[in-house]
Amino acid sequence: MGGEESMPIRLTVNGEAVTHVVPVRQHLVDFLRGTLGLTGTHVGCEHGVCGACSLRVDGVLVRGCLMLAVQAHGAEVVTIEGLDASGEIADLQQAFVERNALQCGFCTPGMLMAAAELLRAGEQQTRAAIREHLAGNFCRCTGYHAIVDAVSATLERRAHAGGKRV
Amino acid sequence: MSEKGRSSPLGQMSYLGQSVPRLGAKAAVAGRGRYTDDIQLPRMLHAAFVRSPYAHARIVDIDLAAARRHEGIHLVLSGRELAQRVTGPWVGTLSCFAGMKSAPQYPMAVERACWAGEPVAIVVGRTRAAAEDAAELIRIDWQELPAIAEKRAALAPHAPVIHAELGDNLAFRKAIDTGDVESAFAGADLVVEETFEFARHTGVSLEPRSLLATYDKATGKLTIITSSQCPHMIQRVFAETLGIPDHNVQIIAPDVGGSFGLKIHTYGDEVATVAAAIELGRPVKFIADRLESFVSDIHARENSVTARIAVKRSGEILGFDVDVLSGAGAYSQYPRTSVFEANQILNVTGGPYRHRHYRGRASVVYLNKAPSSQYRAVGHPIGNAVGEHLVDQAAYRLGIDPIEMRRRNVFADDAYPSLSASGIKLKDLSHQRCLDLLVRRMRYDELRREQDEMRLAGIQRGIGIALFIKGTSPGPLGYYGSGGAPISLQDACVIKLEPNGGVICAVGVTEQGQGTNTIMGQIAAGALGVPIEAVRVISGDTDAVPYGGGTFGSRAAAIGGEAVLQAARALKEEILAIASELLQADPARLEIVDGSVVDAAGTRRLPLAEIGRICHFQLGELPAGRQPVLSHTRRFRLVEDLYIFANGVHGAYVEIDTDTGFVRLLQHWVVEDCGRLINPQLADEQVRGGCVQGIGGALYEHLIYDAAGQLSNGTLADYLVPMAAEMPEIDVAHVETPSSLSELGAKGVGESGTGAAPAAVMNAVNDALRPFAARVTSQPITPETVLVALGKI
Repeated sequence: MGGEESMPIRLTVNGEAVTHVVPVRQHLVDFLRGTLGLTGTHVGCEHGVCGACSLRVDGVLVRGCLMLAVQAHGAEVVTIEGLDASGEIADLQQAFVERNALQCGFCTPGMLMAAAELLRAGEQQTRAAIREHLAGNFCRCTGYHAIVDAVSATLERRAHAGGKRV
Repeated sequence: MSEKGRSSPLGQMSYLGQSVPRLGAKAAVAGRGRYTDDIQLPRMLHAAFVRSPYAHARIVDIDLAAARRHEGIHLVLSGRELAQRVTGPWVGTLSCFAGMKSAPQYPMAVERACWAGEPVAIVVGRTRAAAEDAAELIRIDWQELPAIAEKRAALAPHAPVIHAELGDNLAFRKAIDTGDVESAFAGADLVVEETFEFARHTGVSLEPRSLLATYDKATGKLTIITSSQCPHMIQRVFAETLGIPDHNVQIIAPDVGGSFGLKIHTYGDEVATVAAAIELGRPVKFIADRLESFVSDIHARENSVTARIAVKRSGEILGFDVDVLSGAGAYSQYPRTSVFEANQILNVTGGPYRHRHYRGRASVVYLNKAPSSQYRAVGHPIGNAVGEHLVDQAAYRLGIDPIEMRRRNVFADDAYPSLSASGIKLKDLSHQRCLDLLVRRMRYDELRREQDEMRLAGIQRGIGIALFIKGTSPGPLGYYGSGGAPISLQDACVIKLEPNGGVICAVGVTEQGQGTNTIMGQIAAGALGVPIEAVRVISGDTDAVPYGGGTFGSRAAAIGGEAVLQAARALKEEILAIASELLQADPARLEIVDGSVVDAAGTRRLPLAEIGRICHFQLGELPAGRQPVLSHTRRFRLVEDLYIFANGVHGAYVEIDTDTGFVRLLQHWVVEDCGRLINPQLADEQVRGGCVQGIGGALYEHLIYDAAGQLSNGTLADYLVPMAAEMPEIDVAHVETPSSLSELGAKGVGESGTGAAPAAVMNAVNDALRPFAARVTSQPITPETVLVALGKI
């Protein structure tokens, strides 16, 4: 790390205990991608606008580019890889594939992280409300329509299946 | 027979017209996409750049010593030092553009920087952070020079000239003059004239430009992993610029996180990164950050247009007269140039209509801004917005409904081939059917009634219609080919039967998420008669695919798809010839269905796995004279036509808040004729995504430069892009008129949404503003634009 100031951190990432020494200026997303190889979280703007780096930290949706790795000390971090492995959003992922709610796929992990928050709330949502909820995630490819379809269909299926899962 | 298959003239079992799920989507939703920045190589280093802070300035002195001493730094090069490591400068002209001129350009500024953001020095370090730290230690003594940031000022008599050797700031001038425009306008019952402004945009792919280069000094092999649409073109550019033979340069485009045309170009920072990898013999990665993307990715649009339409009282359009001033950047982009936007505006304005008198003039000027070049739907958003605005205004003044006005003037569906007044060949279009279908989908008459009712309630809604033609699939007799650019305008497929009966289909066109690989698999599987699961499509690796132009200009389906169709047919022919020998049967009475050779009675006689096994392993079972090849290459190009043209029509429904000036998009409709529809779902989503990109330009996107040539909104927080909450639901329908230029009949669908949506939205806004006698003719249509039009500010 050269002359850079660094600090040890201990955190949980996708359920796994992780200990590392990180530069104090390193962003959480860079730590996850570069050091842990969790490349599903993407970096789109590095100033907190595009949502590509969305993560779940202690149950809350955060931007991985606006949080330092050292700030995640003691935290529980879930990335798209963790969501995928747990099966929490398997139905949503399936709906994205069926509805072709992704093209280049670069925004998709962040979009899924954001949509997962809506699914966890367990409420039915209007299309406008879904759009509002996803308004912090930039997608240059799809025009959003198919994404709204996929999220809406998943919410509906869950409602018919008896409300909340997870 | 697979459930997904169905009979079609294009294959015994065809997947054409089926919404087959897209390959690769499952990996992406699991976070297992593999983009360039996801790849780490052993001993990999990272590049960062010093960029010019000035729009125009001389480099008096550059001191790299402190950066070179910085810990973890492996290489620092100035522009001059890099220039010594590359072959001569680029000149971004094409010989087909008579009189065009551009200044020589090196990958990084040597003596002068000509735009704010031009790379000036490269720093390669152990980490990106270390490289950026060292970059801050580079001291440059700048002498600021006068900058030209406004295109009208660029041609003023005493304007500073950006490149003295060019004599002035004019890049290119073009004129088209057909019929007798003066007489047509003099004799018209009505002439409507308007001036328009279209702002400068950039592509904003969510994945920025990304490149990872590695050079093997022992073998001389250069490998470049990069987010590119055109691997072979960029192979040629890197090879010639760095003096390495093309065939020793491998370009790999892994998953590409959006491109939209911005990843078909040559970028100096990428060349510098590759040069550093060669010099160091170590992998070097460069990932543009968002701020440098805004000042170094190609820009587009930025046009002022003055245009008029001449019509008869009957609504008959007599002619258009269009004058375009196009603001390029500091250099014409190599090798595709920066003049296509203006060229295409002249080609397509008024293109759906039968008028016979057309004058188009365009001037393209250099500015001290980032170079501009081809970006999704080149020129079409502007040409369509201008033409369709004038048609609407003429219709209103004549008291003719906008739909009816268009019906009276479009080329009839049975009138092809035709020649447009601008001189382009039109074939296989369907404006009449598209209009009819749009009217039904929109419930146009009901919508008009609703609009009237809303007006009574003080709610201002507008309906906008925009017809379009979209040039796709450029042919080799067109600009790049005849102009001398190293860009292949044919494309190719190598298709092979493997021992297990599986099929490998390698294509020169590329995938950026639109589903290229999927539709190539559909075409191959259908033509060959195998289940789609038996086909694997390979693209985006110059070591693995036949030479091709890649994906741009909505060409992948039309050009690459036809090559796949022909290659698959050739493979099928050989398989049936071999089967006829093995089965002692007439090949004409054999067919391949669901992966097996069947006879005329439909009985399965020989699975392809058996043919694969025999032809690769048990060759003794074949007649002595039969040497199987089972690998076929076919290439396809347009022979005479410069483009294939697609067409369609958009409808927009908007609501204006006359107090705030906000435009709310209520609904958008598209009827599209992209020829043979290969995968309806993928086509629909191309249209929807394209529309939203066009709407971004119509309402939000604007690279704002100040008079000194400084970009004042180069962040994603300040450069507004369309987000989910503001975007409308988009209804998409198709009319299917196969292109007569290929057997497949595909025309291309990727850009037309972007090309036509701005016209429909602007027309809808103006329709809403009609009661106030207000009009907007500049894009983006911001709340301020609307309030100014209303006279409220």
